[in-house]
Amino acid sequence: MPPLIFEPCDLPDEAEALRGEVRAFLAEELADYPVSKRAHSWIGFDGEFSRNLGARGWLGMTWPAPWGPGRSALERYVVIEELLAAGAPVAAHWIAERQSGPLLLRFGNDEQRALCLPGIIAGETYFCIGMSEPDSGSDLASIRSKAVRAEVKGEAGWVVTGRKVWSTYAQNSHYMIALLRTGDAGESRHDGTTQFLIDLSLPGLEVRPIRNLLGDEEFNEVTFDEVFVPEAMMIGAEGEGWRQVTAELAFERSGPDRFLSAYALLAELVRFVSALPSDATAGAHDAIGRLYAHLTSLRALSISVATRLDAGEEPALEASVVKDLGVTFEQSIPEIAQQILGIAPRLDGGSDFEASLAYVQQACVSFSLRGGTTEIMRGVIARGLGLR
Amino acid sequence: MTDTRNMIAETAERLFAAHLDSAVMDAAEAGTWPAALWDEIAANGLDRVLVPAEQDGIGGDWEDAFVILAAAGRHAAPVPLAETIGAGWLLARAGLDVPAGPLSLADDRARVPWARQAVQVLLSADEGCFTVHDIAAMGITPDRNVGRDPRDGITLSEDGTAHAGDVGMIGALVRSCQMAGAIAEVLALCVTYAGERVQFGRPIGKFQAIQQQLAVLAGETAAAEMAARNACRALDRGDDVMFAVASAKIRTGEAAGKAAAISHQVFGAIGFTDEHHLHYLTRRLWSWRAEFGAERVWAERLGRALAAQGADQLWPALTAR
Repeated sequence: MPPLIFEPCDLPDEAEALRGEVRAFLAEELADYPVSKRAHSWIGFDGEFSRNLGARGWLGMTWPAPWGPGRSALERYVVIEELLAAGAPVAAHWIAERQSGPLLLRFGNDEQRALCLPGIIAGETYFCIGMSEPDSGSDLASIRSKAVRAEVKGEAGWVVTGRKVWSTYAQNSHYMIALLRTGDAGESRHDGTTQFLIDLSLPGLEVRPIRNLLGDEEFNEVTFDEVFVPEAMMIGAEGEGWRQVTAELAFERSGPDRFLSAYALLAELVRFVSALPSDATAGAHDAIGRLYAHLTSLRALSISVATRLDAGEEPALEASVVKDLGVTFEQSIPEIAQQILGIAPRLDGGSDFEASLAYVQQACVSFSLRGGTTEIMRGVIARGLGLR
Repeated sequence: MTDTRNMIAETAERLFAAHLDSAVMDAAEAGTWPAALWDEIAANGLDRVLVPAEQDGIGGDWEDAFVILAAAGRHAAPVPLAETIGAGWLLARAGLDVPAGPLSLADDRARVPWARQAVQVLLSADEGCFTVHDIAAMGITPDRNVGRDPRDGITLSEDGTAHAGDVGMIGALVRSCQMAGAIAEVLALCVTYAGERVQFGRPIGKFQAIQQQLAVLAGETAAAEMAARNACRALDRGDDVMFAVASAKIRTGEAAGKAAAISHQVFGAIGFTDEHHLHYLTRRLWSWRAEFGAERVWAERLGRALAAQGADQLWPALTAR
């Protein structure tokens, strides 16, 4: 069995040095931001907040010159865990900064970088993901939306036809990175796909929000009706989409967003238990003690993966382990709130705790779907263990 | 890992592998002291890893101790090595002599690990203190845990002097480290078996139902080891260790329960036989989980401390170095 490598690591001093600064910024910036909104975590959308964060130099921190300041991934780690712990509304820049920018740095060309990276780092250019399709969820290799080589009005490029779904905040985004079929899947089923940088204002492209079970419009269906995409907007190599996408997904699997997205609810839960009369605490201390034990080991595992990523390694197996554990932890918080503490979710007129619970209880079913379902994650882990 | 720690890890692994086979395990569980194993442990100084060099110890830290304790856990070693390491640290910290030979520590005089074999027993007393008792001054009522390791009742003729040191905390820490090792071994056994055992014409590890279970077990293994090592590092830094030790005992204990359940499901009936060695590990996991405070005890204590410091201190406490 290949070993799981999780060395305990301390965040370096230069990363820790940022923590106080970020906390002070957030205390001021979010002074009036209500707890019920903080519970939305990285789904909370606020363009002005993202711009202010960019102005502080806290977006694209790790990007090398000339695109960014080339700071360490562990400095970024401190910034994002502080953002998440505060429940800051980071959604506007989140996908762009977390995965689209890094993907363009790794596989994109300079024209694409010049077009997008300055806006991302300023917190002004937003991205959405174009992977899933109506008939392709977990089986991503089965996508059918296609890009066909064409010359239109003397310009070489691709004509895109098809449909993408579950594209979070596509309705507010400037660009999508889309995985499209450009050839045969081949025997491995992983050939014949290519990634494209797509300007969402192009003619022939329609974005339609899909209301979710909370009644919110976050994810979207994006339809391509013969959309012309210039040649320069192909990302990386033709036919290499699957391998690039696999790398892209690795960026989003082990970060603190995989175990802190219900942190606001956890904090309210602790506040509730702190205020209980001493004759009404049965099970309550046990519950928060266990949650703390899980959270502290998860954070250590995540920092361990981040340290390896910072050193240029690709701990894909370990990253999947963190996501699986993290999601399980997050989903246990509303369960414990209801089962042990007997708190009911409440939409209107309740306490901060009840309102946060209402949000997280409904939203958390998506936590084990986004970024790869739990079943897919566990399949990845099983492969890492040598079982597949 | 440091070179010294690597060497300690290799020594521990080699020594347990060489001395522990089914015959030795069965004899030990039937009450025969594995003298050859213990003598070699002592000859290599593993039992004195946390004793300062000037007291004839290795003078290592808790991360060094972890690699020994995890190896002992992986091999389900039927000797009071964890107790001796923990007691040695407590005695040396209190400025007391650390006698040669097996030592024990206990938070309950009705269930003292290996009392029959120990030269000295450290008992927890009030307010983070312990008392030291020589074996000669004790009455012993033999008993065992489900790991079939001795957990004897003792009667004392005198109370003993109190010294500073938290036996319960150290006991919980060493059990966490042993559990982390045993869980990792359970995972390795399961992965190997799932690759070999053929049903319906293919190895059972090819079935998604088994893969999903073993993926869960891998996560539990990682979390348990990290929690135990975090606690060792907290001890080495000299922090207030309650949060880290409580987290370790809770997390490894929960993982132990899942590891035992998943592994027995994967192994099927053969894993339920006396002949198969899986139960050397799982019976100890069930025992260790309950000793020096089950998850419930530590979660209650940790939860009270968290509630007392308040919600706004939760994140600063988590991120404090």
